[in-house]
Amino acid sequence: MTDAVADSSLRPPASRPASAVRVRSYWGSVWHRLRYDYVTLFCLVLIIAIVLTAVFAPLISPMDPYKSSMAHRLRPIGYHNYLLGTDEQGRDILSRMLYGGRVSLTMGILPVALATIIGGLFGVVAGYFGGKVNMLIMRTMDVFFAFPSVLLAVAISGSLGGGITNQLLTLTVVLIPPLCRVAETATSQVRTMDFVDAARSTGASTLSILFTHVLINVMSPVLVYASTLVSVSIILASGLSFLGLGVSPPTADWGLMLSTLRQSIYVQPIVSAIPGVAILITSIAFNLLSDGLRQAMDVRA
Amino acid sequence: MNAMTSPDLSQATPHPAPFLRVEDLRVKFVSRDATVRAVNGISFNLERGKVLCVIGESGSGKSVMMRSLLRLHPKKRTVIEGTMMVGEHDIGAVSDRAMTQLRGSLISMVFQEPMTALDPLYTVGDQIAETVRRHEGLSKEAAWARALELLELVRVPSPERRLKAYPHELSGGLRQRAVIAMALSCRPSLLLADEPTTALDASVQIQILVLLRKIQQEMGMSMIFVTHDLGVAAQIADQVAVMYAGRIIEYGNARDVLLNPQHPYTKAMLAATAKDQDRNLPLEAIAGNPPDLRALPDGCSFAPRCKYAGPDCIVTMPPPVTDIRGHMARCFKVEAADGPLAFDERVAEPA
Repeated sequence: MTDAVADSSLRPPASRPASAVRVRSYWGSVWHRLRYDYVTLFCLVLIIAIVLTAVFAPLISPMDPYKSSMAHRLRPIGYHNYLLGTDEQGRDILSRMLYGGRVSLTMGILPVALATIIGGLFGVVAGYFGGKVNMLIMRTMDVFFAFPSVLLAVAISGSLGGGITNQLLTLTVVLIPPLCRVAETATSQVRTMDFVDAARSTGASTLSILFTHVLINVMSPVLVYASTLVSVSIILASGLSFLGLGVSPPTADWGLMLSTLRQSIYVQPIVSAIPGVAILITSIAFNLLSDGLRQAMDVRA
Repeated sequence: MNAMTSPDLSQATPHPAPFLRVEDLRVKFVSRDATVRAVNGISFNLERGKVLCVIGESGSGKSVMMRSLLRLHPKKRTVIEGTMMVGEHDIGAVSDRAMTQLRGSLISMVFQEPMTALDPLYTVGDQIAETVRRHEGLSKEAAWARALELLELVRVPSPERRLKAYPHELSGGLRQRAVIAMALSCRPSLLLADEPTTALDASVQIQILVLLRKIQQEMGMSMIFVTHDLGVAAQIADQVAVMYAGRIIEYGNARDVLLNPQHPYTKAMLAATAKDQDRNLPLEAIAGNPPDLRALPDGCSFAPRCKYAGPDCIVTMPPPVTDIRGHMARCFKVEAADGPLAFDERVAEPA
């Protein structure tokens, strides 16, 4: 090949339509993809609504959630000013649902957040350094994996006793191993990618590779997985409360309400089902939202 | 590092001290079940501003040799022996911290797969600017300006816009240009190119090849270029080394090796390339498979596949035979009595 040919092949084309590459910011492109995903948008709105009602429960609940009334036990939906009826002690279900959402959402989100940080950290360390470190961390996690998550939660909760702090602790411990494993897998995949070697070959130190390249690439699979765990966590928390291992009775909590209303299922089946329906809707909404976000946040797609 | 920007390279002395000197390099990967001898005693010199092409099939130790020059192999499982001198730096002996400094500024590498050599979550500009800032401690704006210059250097059209593009928004050719820009960002004196054109379209391959050759000449860099493609080697190489089972079996000026191959392996490889043979005949292929690097035979590693191999070829590794022009081949049947190397299949191996 002569130099003349080489030059002409290298000269940038004089003009090119400007639409060849539309430059969008990362969040701009995420929003662009979300805008037409109506299911995800609907779930997003639903979750925001649920969170808002829980946060502002004291302002919007029509009655005191703890005030019982022997005269109005187990009323049907729409009875006088009890919009969703009353429970077996005559307390307003709607108010209790609003207050109960605070506990249930906290139990859904907080343990997952804690477990993501702790489990993610262990996973990244195990995945990046490999060898003995990996062995130590991952085999420890395997011990927790040996038990089904519900059984493990019941066992830990049972030995620690009830109460909100212990429930939080239990759920965090139960959620750490799966998140750790996801982080470890993602890290060991990223570690062998050429761009890590490319960064090293241009003089990056181990620490700067960990922070600039590994962590951010591991983040998206871990966050996506964590968001699916929110619903798991809500259900686990409800299950613990249902078994009497979570929050203690007068406190409003969806799982606890489901447990106590269970005895009234033949008297007021619809009212008894309300906490269960709330748990169902919330967890499905979280699941669909995480699915949608995963698709929208994948830059490579 | 200033040397390559100054123009006095053209007046180099006729016999300058070699810029890169590799002597008896051996690389082993040790694991519990096997020891893989990937590189088994490689020696070569490369002058400043010259291009060495390393040719060989998959698993012949080309990439391992390149990565050793940057010390990219995992420390625990790798044993590297021999001497690697780049300029005045002994790559085998410098501390880890010093090595981090040398990577990128003295030696840099272009990877085969532009798809995976860029982090998908950062824009091209971010990644180039990051490298520049790491070595030269520039401000963010200055680093971006530098990144823009680099994209212009590698002839990326409308570079301002490409700086803000993510890798997946670029074509393979543009991505490889970005990878090259990143490798060049700190003006390395030695560029290692590990099959940089293999993953690209044929038309883009030529562009990238010409670009690398041009930049290499402009910057006066030395370059080691690994390839499977003999045509590529003919295009850009000053020196050619043919590797087989972790050894250089033939080495010399590009013309000598490619037009007058002496080692049976090189001959067979050249015979297997598509030129102007009869279309209806199948291309010649080299029978057999490359040897298992976990259990290398004692003799010539190519002997089991060589049609000229005699009984002694499998006993000892033939020593290198070099002629006055520096053309080297490792084969018992090659002689350099007076003048160029000559292959003679009647030559008997030493008893």
